Amino acid sequence: MLQKRSLTYYLLAAFFGLFVLFLYGPMLAIFTLSFQGEEGTLTFPMKGFSFYWLGQVFQEQRVGNFTDAFWRSLALGLTVTLLSVIVTVMSALAFRQRFKGSATLFYLTIASLIVPSVLVSLGIGIVFQVLDLETNWFTSGLGAHLTWTVPFAFLIMLGIFNRFNPSYEEASRDLGANDTKTFWEIVFPLILPALIGIGLLGFTLSYDEFTRTSLVSGQKNTLPLEIFGMTTNVTSPALYALGTLTTLFSFAMIVLAIAAYNYTARRQSQ
Amino acid sequence: MLKSWKTIQPYALVTPQTLVLVLFLVLPILMILLVSFWQFDGIQMIPGFTLDNYKSVFTSDVTLRTYLNTFKYVFLVWFFCLAIAFPVSYFLAFFVEDQKWQIILFLVCTVPFWTSNIIRMISWVPVLGKEGLVNSFLTGLGLIDQPIEWLLFSDFAIVLGMVHLYNFFMIAPIFNSLMRIDRSLITAARDMGASGFQILKEIILPLAAPGIAIGSIFVVTLVMGEFVTVRMMGGGQAASIGKMIQTQIGSLQYPLAAANAVILLLVTLLLVMAILRVVDIRKEL
Repeated sequence: MLQKRSLTYYLLAAFFGLFVLFLYGPMLAIFTLSFQGEEGTLTFPMKGFSFYWLGQVFQEQRVGNFTDAFWRSLALGLTVTLLSVIVTVMSALAFRQRFKGSATLFYLTIASLIVPSVLVSLGIGIVFQVLDLETNWFTSGLGAHLTWTVPFAFLIMLGIFNRFNPSYEEASRDLGANDTKTFWEIVFPLILPALIGIGLLGFTLSYDEFTRTSLVSGQKNTLPLEIFGMTTNVTSPALYALGTLTTLFSFAMIVLAIAAYNYTARRQSQ
Repeated sequence: MLKSWKTIQPYALVTPQTLVLVLFLVLPILMILLVSFWQFDGIQMIPGFTLDNYKSVFTSDVTLRTYLNTFKYVFLVWFFCLAIAFPVSYFLAFFVEDQKWQIILFLVCTVPFWTSNIIRMISWVPVLGKEGLVNSFLTGLGLIDQPIEWLLFSDFAIVLGMVHLYNFFMIAPIFNSLMRIDRSLITAARDMGASGFQILKEIILPLAAPGIAIGSIFVVTLVMGEFVTVRMMGGGQAASIGKMIQTQIGSLQYPLAAANAVILLLVTLLLVMAILRVVDIRKEL
């Protein structure tokens, strides 16, 4: 577009390359170290190559239990995902027209995204304390996650409905279908792949969330909290192996999300 | 009947989202405000009205030092995020021509954001540690005799860690504004003899300003309340407002933590308003 293949192009390309190295380099380091030999330590050089530490992740650990924490994070993530998608589909449908208070709700949603996380965590903690309720990952933790996933889902959802062609709905209404019927038989099938994409992104946000949950998870830890607790105790490559496994799990979700999103975009442009 | 349902419908549809935000955002923040005026007897909080918490915040010189330290992180992280995000987005938006590649490379920049922050921080240990890659590389070259200690568990590591975690929030909005720039503006400018630098300064930068502002708001607010990175990458010594609040919560001093949180929120709001005064972002929303 600008002077093609100029010096600027190569400088910027080199800068971009360095940036990608900065982003992924450390991650690649722990991926590699996950295959450390049995005698290996937390740093390079590699002392052999083995799957020993990846196997260790699933063994009962002295200092923590990944498996239980993983199931908790999975259950919480799925609940958060389902709730976020339902809540934001409804509000995005409403946001297709202007209504009194729409701007307030919009800014409130953005505020939820940018308010310092420690405030959300502290605030929910205090509410539970004052009401004499016990904090738990599936109550206070769930609420904390929603303040993070709902705004993201909402913003992406607005984008999807922006591109949605309203003539399908008008046609359905002209044929005598009511709003509910129109939604379930016309709108929902068309946006379903996008909903799956948004859901998966929301899931990874919840699955990896740490700050907002940290003060309100109660007695039992979610996976990121469990991993955080282990950073001070675990001094073996098992920590990296766990990091590798959970990152690969997130990657899988992201790839699925992108695929689902592309599929919708293609279908809508047809 | 039908007409009234039409007017109620949007309100019915937004009720769940409003409820979520009221219950888990508005109410908690109001409670923080309320509790910041309560007393603490060493074991639990007692409802009442006292300004003691605010007094102890404002009279302690630790507060001021912690704020200055937090502002230092905010400024450095904001600066480096911008210094990275602008060239990266500029390259993607104007130098990568194939739209497919544009999307793929943008995704490459954003995918790590959707993975675990904790793991991303841990992953610096084998790189920056005493026996890490950087140190063994430099020793191997004979550039240093002793491993550099300040690479990890230092202010350097904190800023590096936060730039690593939060650059996504700068890249996404800047890339978005750059992609919206009408390409014919640039062609016109070039036809009239503008140099590449002039085009960048006179056309691209002003039009990218709203994206830069949105990115700055994200980065500033995220760093203002930070405590996890400060804790993990800073190794005990480093101080930030978020970490101070977290420590106070750890010792159950909720009213004091709440007073600090209220001040943190006000300071953060002032920073956001300052950014909005400089740049009008409404067109972008």
